[in-house]
Amino acid sequence: MEIPKSFLGYKRENGRAGTRNHVIILPVDDISNACAEAVANNIKGTIALPHSYGRLQFGADLELHFRTMIGTGCNPNVAAVIVIGIEPKWTKKIVDGIAKTGKPVEGFHIERTGDIGTTMKASKKAQEFVMWASEKQREECPLSDLWISVKCGESDTTSGLAANPTVGNLMDKLEPLGVHLCFGETSELTGAEQVCATRGATKEASEKFMKTWSSYNDFILKEATDDLSESQPTAGNIAGGLTTIEEKAFGNFQKIGNCKFIDVLEPAEEPTKGKGLYFMDTSSAAAECVTLQAAAGFNIHLFPTGQGNIVGNPIEPVVKLTANPLTVKGMGEHIDCDVSKILSREMNLSEAGDELIKTTLRVANGRLTCAEALGHKEFVMTKLYRSA
Amino acid sequence: MATDIIIHDKKDNVGVVVIEKITPKQDCACWIMEDDSSTNIQSVDEIPLGHKIAMVDLKEGDAILKYGHDIGKVVKSIKKGEHVHVHNVKTKKW
Repeated sequence: MEIPKSFLGYKRENGRAGTRNHVIILPVDDISNACAEAVANNIKGTIALPHSYGRLQFGADLELHFRTMIGTGCNPNVAAVIVIGIEPKWTKKIVDGIAKTGKPVEGFHIERTGDIGTTMKASKKAQEFVMWASEKQREECPLSDLWISVKCGESDTTSGLAANPTVGNLMDKLEPLGVHLCFGETSELTGAEQVCATRGATKEASEKFMKTWSSYNDFILKEATDDLSESQPTAGNIAGGLTTIEEKAFGNFQKIGNCKFIDVLEPAEEPTKGKGLYFMDTSSAAAECVTLQAAAGFNIHLFPTGQGNIVGNPIEPVVKLTANPLTVKGMGEHIDCDVSKILSREMNLSEAGDELIKTTLRVANGRLTCAEALGHKEFVMTKLYRSA
Repeated sequence: MATDIIIHDKKDNVGVVVIEKITPKQDCACWIMEDDSSTNIQSVDEIPLGHKIAMVDLKEGDAILKYGHDIGKVVKSIKKGEHVHVHNVKTKKW
């Protein structure tokens, strides 16, 4: 198949391109959710991103909070941002971080004004932003403007046999065309970590990966009670035939095809070494991982599933694929790309990769994903430790 | 030709059922992805889609090989054709 050289995206002030054109209402902290949701309810076409944290955090955990907030606002799928927090200082810090992209952003703090007054002021600005954004048109953008993140979920053995290798085949075909790629799920590479380390493009990248994996594994060993039964693998994984974390890891790892990763990113860290594949240190929980990848600037997500994970994200469209025919039959409304014919050998891996490229481009051009149509907007912050 | 079981790598001692289920004493056609070769096995247990079948006899302590790699240890001996899962295999990690 000849791969198209461009897609229709929204060009942003900083040179990036978006596959979506959202105006978001971003609460800085948990107690500002109500106000953010009130604004989004007032002004049609905006979307609030409520979450559970942002108070009394400190150190690396607070840095991650800011990185996730600012990165979400900076994502090219976002046209403009309203930031609402309880206090002025942290609100301003996030506004200033997002403003560096050149996109419209304005902050409001609730203290001394209250929810109602803040909602009124923020709603007026949100209306201005959404009407401005509504005139933005899709333009032809080079394929290299796609930043593609991947993560699998509710995996079973069909994931490792077919759905994940399909993503790997897409990576092998699109990597030479200059796209950015990102995989994560540090804990879910356990058992395959030595093999994964050999896929570092440099000795430095390999060593950084092993250090990152070891640190996560030490944390799990320290906190684990007996084993991680029903968490890793999950009950769904086990029902689907996956027996051990090692088996899950080797299946997971199929998603990167034959690519080598050029760097290891902190959670929500924006890649800075140019085109190519990156590994990001993330949780293996779907919504947490996708939220971190979106905050790092990835603008379209590929999500292979076995038993049928249904996750979505408010700003980064999540494309689902599965190779499990029972999942296609039972919950087809969640599946954007059906590659189950690989198992019956009516479709080979390269054909499946081509199908996934076609689906990815249709979604990049504006087709809603199943998760978007069904209203999935899971925005889940990763928290590293207890608050002060 | 219909395939009942797919095996990732020639070295693997388990295969994955890719039809809705296989029934006891079913003669199954297996496809080995690595070198596009074929083999056969007769099942002992009923095994559902996505679950593993032992391609050889396995004894306690043996390594299960899938993708050509060690994915866990046998904790209860397994006969060729039997179901391989959490009841007879455990992780070597965690």
